[in-house]
Amino acid sequence: MRAGTTQVRLLALAAMAALALATAACAEDTPAGPGPGGTGAMKSGLKIAFLPKQVNNPYFTTSDNGGKAAVEEFGGKYTETGPSESSPSAQVSYINTLSQQKTDVIVVSANDKDAICGALNEARQAGAKVVTFDSDTNASCRDLFINQATAEGIAKIQIKLISQAIGADGGEIAILSATANATNQNAWIEMMKAELTKPEYAKLKLVDTVYGDDKDEKSFTETQALLAKHPSLKGIISPTTVGVAAAARYLSGSTFKGKVQLTGLGTPNQMRSFVKDGTVKAFALWNPADLGYLAAYAGGALASGMITGKEGDKFKAGKLGEFTVGKDATVLLGDPFTFTASNIEQFNF
Amino acid sequence: MSDRAIRARGALGSWSAVMLVALVAVAVVGSLTIDGVASPRFWRFVTLEAIPIALIALPMTLIVITGEIDLSVASVLGLTCTVVGQLWVWGVSSLPALIAISLLMGAVLGAVNGLFVTGFGLPSLAVTIGTLALYRGLAYVVLGDRAVANYPVAWTTSAIKPLPGTTIPWVILVVAALAVIFAVVLHATPIGRGLYAMGNNAEAARFAGVNVRQAKFWLFVASGAMSALAGVFWTLRFASARADNGTGLELAVVAAVLLGGVSIFGGRGALLGVLASVCLLGVLRNALQLAYVPENTLTVITGSLLIASVVGPNVVGMLRERLRRRRSNAPTVSPSS
Repeated sequence: MRAGTTQVRLLALAAMAALALATAACAEDTPAGPGPGGTGAMKSGLKIAFLPKQVNNPYFTTSDNGGKAAVEEFGGKYTETGPSESSPSAQVSYINTLSQQKTDVIVVSANDKDAICGALNEARQAGAKVVTFDSDTNASCRDLFINQATAEGIAKIQIKLISQAIGADGGEIAILSATANATNQNAWIEMMKAELTKPEYAKLKLVDTVYGDDKDEKSFTETQALLAKHPSLKGIISPTTVGVAAAARYLSGSTFKGKVQLTGLGTPNQMRSFVKDGTVKAFALWNPADLGYLAAYAGGALASGMITGKEGDKFKAGKLGEFTVGKDATVLLGDPFTFTASNIEQFNF
Repeated sequence: MSDRAIRARGALGSWSAVMLVALVAVAVVGSLTIDGVASPRFWRFVTLEAIPIALIALPMTLIVITGEIDLSVASVLGLTCTVVGQLWVWGVSSLPALIAISLLMGAVLGAVNGLFVTGFGLPSLAVTIGTLALYRGLAYVVLGDRAVANYPVAWTTSAIKPLPGTTIPWVILVVAALAVIFAVVLHATPIGRGLYAMGNNAEAARFAGVNVRQAKFWLFVASGAMSALAGVFWTLRFASARADNGTGLELAVVAAVLLGGVSIFGGRGALLGVLASVCLLGVLRNALQLAYVPENTLTVITGSLLIASVVGPNVVGMLRERLRRRRSNAPTVSPSS
């Protein structure tokens, strides 16, 4: 144990030495050789602006603070701006302002993938790099999109979490979805069905899929109906923040609490009390702070000319390690993040 | 004209002047102190933002002067966007036809408001809060949560094309022409005088031979049509038709109208002041954004301005009144007192 710690310290020292060398190289204005994470080094003093869908929204406050931490790490200037209401075209005026301020990188979560396109392209013509996160624009209007999770990643973690919660004996499970025609929900459900065919999940049986329409009341009553209809139900997956919170509220106040397991995609603030009272053992989502952190590093790498956003480009994102640009100029954050009783207190969104 | 009305006009005239002076002051101070305000791009962005607000503020000014209000304007705009989008999807590929259909539809939506207000004598505040929800709901019926965005590039660029040799979009000429029409109607015709009269006292106006119902009805029709026109511009400018386009815009319009010196109780106001205040709000907001003022502070500033706009003209009127009395009562009073 002690030896391990020493090793970590040595590694940290080595990393710091490397960093100091790199900084010295920059100061002397000698072009740094191609490192393992791309060519060149991060420019210092880059103006990096975060433009969330809405300011004063805990989710975006978390993601933008992640971005702020990253920008400070590589010596850039961080700003956050944005509308107080998430109406579709409200971001345009902020993009125009950022472009006039000669911002190097605009990191934006798009309220409307089309409406802000013209303004973003105008900003790019003026020299800004555009990175989208959380919610993408048309691919022609940005340099990179930081994707929080893939459909496959989400499906895998949902099945894994429900399987762990129910235990080795398995049993009947059901899905509480949003609306019946929601494209992303249906894609996830299909992926979950595929995941369930794997041998390790042979004892899990999906018996029903119901729709709460992302409305709290409807999700609540659908959960109630689901449990009445399937008396031997062992678990519910609700891959929607509204659904999972409503289902948790129903379960926690019913005799099914602790007997019927629940997981899904939720936010820590909504789920905190249900994790603490034992209704939910674990649920998933991405970590918005990491998402913002990665987006800032990606933007910095673009603006420093270390990457161009083409498939196969590699860059280092601080503590998160190395990332590779995938097709359609997207970068995947990684597997969804699992929230449990042991880590939920670290999050506020 | 009564003594009081003349005083009110006087105070008002000076409020338009206050707005114009404030606009010039903000523009000059902004250009000198904030990097970027003096650039042509800044004024292009401000104009693009002000155009839809100005289009809707023209009829809104007249409506508020009669003592009514139309809060459904942003929903008419949103509904127009979705209808334009849906018609385009269905293959209507003539822009003039789309504009004509939109104007007609806007007029009908406005007529519904007008009918409820004048035909059934219901308060316009209640009626248009109702249609605010109703028209927005219809917009969602048309497009749901879909967006239509694949318009021809020629259309979307035509909406924001600058005047030759400048960065200012040509659509400003359309706004200017319409502003002249509304200004002439309001300030130089018997109809306009009738609007002030009914705002001051609808009963008295009716006895004086003003057709209050008819005038108000047509104002709501005009409001609907202008909101629809703004909707067409919105769709093309952002190349995006969505049911939630322009949500909350009615408040921006009402704010500009009130800050422009139009009394919320009716009977007072001038179009020049309103147009100046539309520009002032746009310039102030964009300039402060450029100066890195945070969004929350901006909201507080806009709110404070609105309060000032309600209090301001009254204070100006009150001061004038006091000054006038003092002059007439005590002509020998020393200037230092």
